[in-house]
Amino acid sequence: MGGGTSSYREIEETDCILLWGSNARETHPIFFHHLLTGVKRGARLFTIDPRRTSSAQWADVWAGLDVGTDIALAHAMAREIIVAGLAHNEFIREATTGFDAYKASVLPWTLERGEQATGVPAGVIREMAHAFATAPKAMICWTLGITEHHNAVDNVLALINLALVTGHVGRWGSGINPLRGQNNVQGGGDMGALPDRLPGFQHVENDAVRARFDRAWGVTVPPAKGWHLSGMFEAMERGDLTALYVIGENPAQSEADQHHAEARLAGLDILVVQDVMRTATAELADVVLPAAAGAFESDGTVTSSERRVQRVRRTKAPLGESREDLAIIVELARRMGAEWPATDAEGIWNELRALSPVHGGMSYARLAAGGLQWPCYDETHPGEAFLHGRLWERPVGGPRAPFSIVEHALPVEGLDAEYPLRLTTGRRLEEYNTGVQTGPYASPVRRGETIDVSPEDAGRLGVVEGQRVRVRSRRGSVVAPVHIDAALRPGLTFMTFHFPDEVATNHLTIDAIDPKSGTAEFKAAAVRIDVLEP
Amino acid sequence: MDIHVVGPKASVEERAAVDALLGAPATGWFGGERDIARDGRSSRGGRPAAVAQRHLLLPAFHAVQDRVGWVSRGAMNYICERLIVPPADAWGVLTFYHLFATEPRAAAVVHVCDDIACRARGAESLCASVTQVLGPEGTAPDGRGTTWMRSPCLGQCERAPAALVVRAGAPSTRVVVAPASSADALTRALAPGGTGHLTESLADLRAVVPQAGQPGLTLLRRVGVVDPTSLDAYRDAGGYAALARAIELGSAGIIAEVTAAKLMGRGGAAFPTGVKWAAVAAEPAEPHYVVCNADESEPGTFKDRVLMAGDPFAIIEAMTICGIATRSTRGFLYVRGEYPDAEARLARAVEAARAASLLGDDVCGSGYAFDVEIRRGAGAYICGEETALFNSLEGKRGEPRSKPPFPSQAGLFGKPTVVNNVETLANVLPILTQGAAAWAATGTSSSTGTRLFCVSGHVARPGLYELPFGVTLGEVLRLAGGVAQGRDLQAILLGGAAGMFVGPESLDLRLTFEDTRAAGLTLGSGVVMVLDDTTDLADMLVRIATFFEDESCGQCVPCRVGTVRQRELIAQLRADTGGAARTGRLAILAELGQAMRDASICGLGQTASSAVESAVARLQVFRSGSAL
Repeated sequence: MGGGTSSYREIEETDCILLWGSNARETHPIFFHHLLTGVKRGARLFTIDPRRTSSAQWADVWAGLDVGTDIALAHAMAREIIVAGLAHNEFIREATTGFDAYKASVLPWTLERGEQATGVPAGVIREMAHAFATAPKAMICWTLGITEHHNAVDNVLALINLALVTGHVGRWGSGINPLRGQNNVQGGGDMGALPDRLPGFQHVENDAVRARFDRAWGVTVPPAKGWHLSGMFEAMERGDLTALYVIGENPAQSEADQHHAEARLAGLDILVVQDVMRTATAELADVVLPAAAGAFESDGTVTSSERRVQRVRRTKAPLGESREDLAIIVELARRMGAEWPATDAEGIWNELRALSPVHGGMSYARLAAGGLQWPCYDETHPGEAFLHGRLWERPVGGPRAPFSIVEHALPVEGLDAEYPLRLTTGRRLEEYNTGVQTGPYASPVRRGETIDVSPEDAGRLGVVEGQRVRVRSRRGSVVAPVHIDAALRPGLTFMTFHFPDEVATNHLTIDAIDPKSGTAEFKAAAVRIDVLEP
Repeated sequence: MDIHVVGPKASVEERAAVDALLGAPATGWFGGERDIARDGRSSRGGRPAAVAQRHLLLPAFHAVQDRVGWVSRGAMNYICERLIVPPADAWGVLTFYHLFATEPRAAAVVHVCDDIACRARGAESLCASVTQVLGPEGTAPDGRGTTWMRSPCLGQCERAPAALVVRAGAPSTRVVVAPASSADALTRALAPGGTGHLTESLADLRAVVPQAGQPGLTLLRRVGVVDPTSLDAYRDAGGYAALARAIELGSAGIIAEVTAAKLMGRGGAAFPTGVKWAAVAAEPAEPHYVVCNADESEPGTFKDRVLMAGDPFAIIEAMTICGIATRSTRGFLYVRGEYPDAEARLARAVEAARAASLLGDDVCGSGYAFDVEIRRGAGAYICGEETALFNSLEGKRGEPRSKPPFPSQAGLFGKPTVVNNVETLANVLPILTQGAAAWAATGTSSSTGTRLFCVSGHVARPGLYELPFGVTLGEVLRLAGGVAQGRDLQAILLGGAAGMFVGPESLDLRLTFEDTRAAGLTLGSGVVMVLDDTTDLADMLVRIATFFEDESCGQCVPCRVGTVRQRELIAQLRADTGGAARTGRLAILAELGQAMRDASICGLGQTASSAVESAVARLQVFRSGSAL
């Protein structure tokens, strides 16, 4: 099942935090408050990030690795843990599989080789390894710095390996946690908005599972998994996908290699967009369905990064012709000839509870008091603060956790004389994704899009703060003002994609896709900066 | 922490001053030059570093103030980068303390005391004289690089009127001139290699301790007699015998002695010292701290200054014993910024004690570890309040904390802390050398031992007197030679500005904790300030009220607003000629006092009206025409 293994409360009580590929100070500010509570109570914080971010400034130690060298760093830490005798041998023996092969795969990753591959000093790698392994409780938290790579899943597996080798999973205060970027990213996946899953993370290619859904719904669920987002765009390219129904997304501006994405969307037979805002994608659509705002014009639930399902209550009627998402979908089904029984949010929820075992015990009445964390199998089950506690049962409950063999692989696009700078993208505190929600509001701290460069690169290019330059990649170019940022080292540049109408950063990014997750490598493009003639 | 430092940069001189304290910056991330080969791949710091260094904020401000004469925004910014303190937070601290200047100021500043004791001895005419020579307060005409300003009590009351003369530079100089006969005396002291200032030599000390060298003294027996700069002389005069006994006794034994002696705190609150020590010793949380409260700022009080300047090793020895008793290995001595001589003498004493292994990892080979750091206040009366003092030591605004938790549970840095006044600690030595019973034989059964009385104002022989508890107020006055120039006694301020006025009818009052309490009075910090019949008492009340207005930390409303309203009312009462308006104002004054007593969280607000109200009630000030 896909979800962070720990509760927010646990990070307040853990002893050591590896914040890896995440600037949670700015991108997950509420979660970061929980993290800071832990830091204030004495937890050691290590941030692993190419940039010395505002999160890194809170850390005991910042490790500034090269973009895309996370596996090398994790392997070097794992080797150090193993050869220093700090591995949790009992846990490895009783609760995991594949350790010997894993050990063999990381043994070549000496501290020196780790330094060579990542740029992080060997002493810092060693210190992180020892601190993580010897902490009574420790957590790894990550976000898109790990997953927006062509080898996203391998990156995650490398971090999971670190947790397994130290036994830092399945216990209060020890866990592995991807931080979700929105209040209901977790809920979207939980409800089956994944190409290979039915609600409750039940695999669509499992016949027994599918049979239950067939019975409940009176239809035959297609037996094969579908496409993830990148797969859909590839299918559009091939002409296999000709109709697209987009709900609450803005792929025209959020996809990597934006020119390419726009052309694909424009080539569809029909594009339907259902959104609260008239997004750039909606501008391309054949039909736009105005949706009610999920936060206050709809009833339902959201699920947070700690797997906590919480109620959302409608406080005002939808504006104008807009309708709740549920009402739009039901009406669409009716017009397409499917007479679904009339229902409300609670009715749909109870249908889910009947089909998804992990949600079984979550009645609306129980959810009213602060929510429940899945799994919650029946109405007497209190929900679970952390996952995988079974790994500490002896004998272990259920299947053992496998080590995974993964290999270090550099970003798809290397640097060369023509494109000598690494561009990595991310977000800032005061803006939200492509700006659909935040753009319409004035902000006293908004400074618009910039190309952030190190003081050294600014000096070498002869550019000053605010000077407009052209940033060029193999896929396109944009003009943006320079922001000089000491958090960057020479050769590393940074942009957000918060202002796609002014500076379409995703014209620069590369759509090198991780085949396992379908995520594009937003974190690593090669660019150059050209000074504009006055 | 992700702090955002914007605006001016520090000058070379300002950086040098800070670096002299903190050392050169180790990386470009915290104020140093960026070196990408070193800084580009890792940094260390974050919240642990910020927390660990925060206590250096006041020392860093002092370093710049001493060197440059004021703390510019650029200097503050550099300190913020070095110590990882948000600038807004640092600004709050910087502007809290009176001795830090945040605007350009002349390098040389004369702080002229115009507080009550000096007022009784001609402070206003000194101010007039200084104005003639240096121009109006706060100005530096003709580019002379010298300015002057009025100051609250400088703790030199027995030598009034007094002035503190400060010259910024490397090194800076800080000297006291008292009595300051005229502006000329101050300018002589200001000149490079200046003259005429005090050095707290044996002669200076004998002048302020009229009993010096007499038999029967306990706390003052070495002051003015034994060279206070010599560890050998101290040991020859019985020093460090108490520590030897303490090492034999161990924690429980020391606490038993101090408890049996019934030693009460001498800072003003009269809390049983043994109880305090036992509470800290019993706390499981580690580490424990010893804090010596030498922020002696109560107007009229100078006893701790004399002990520190005249017998500095005794204070260090007593802190060491306290450390052994309370299982503490680290002590802080917080001395007010207006005491340059006491501070320097203590600093030398600490160095000498360290060199002789009387401080350090293994005190006298006993296995106990203890060391002392001296920290300088920066002009804030409120920091005499123990929890405000902790905040100040921690590099914060000196605002009192709510209690509980009490210092014995969560004091300095949130750890169990014993905090004692200088005089209280000094008593521990004779308790251990004489034994509790012998020591407690002096005084009364509830007020054991001797007491230091700070006698100032209109007496023939002002100074510091050590007398057994139980002596009467009249006897103290007689010992000091009676009212000066044979004039009549009008009033005595007992216990300081936070104490109360009494009239001649109280001369038979026995000076003990129990007798003063029964009379609705307090011994406070041992102030006995004598005012003759020529004194304008209403003027004194205005000064006292102004003092509390200036020194209120502003944290709680009853005190912040009440002290202002009190000062305004007293000014109006002074102008009144009587009648209904006066009656109404006196009623409001009483109501204000009640509100401050009931609703302020610390002693400052709770006692800010004591002296005023006692003058109205006991001396009929504002009640008849005579006091106008």
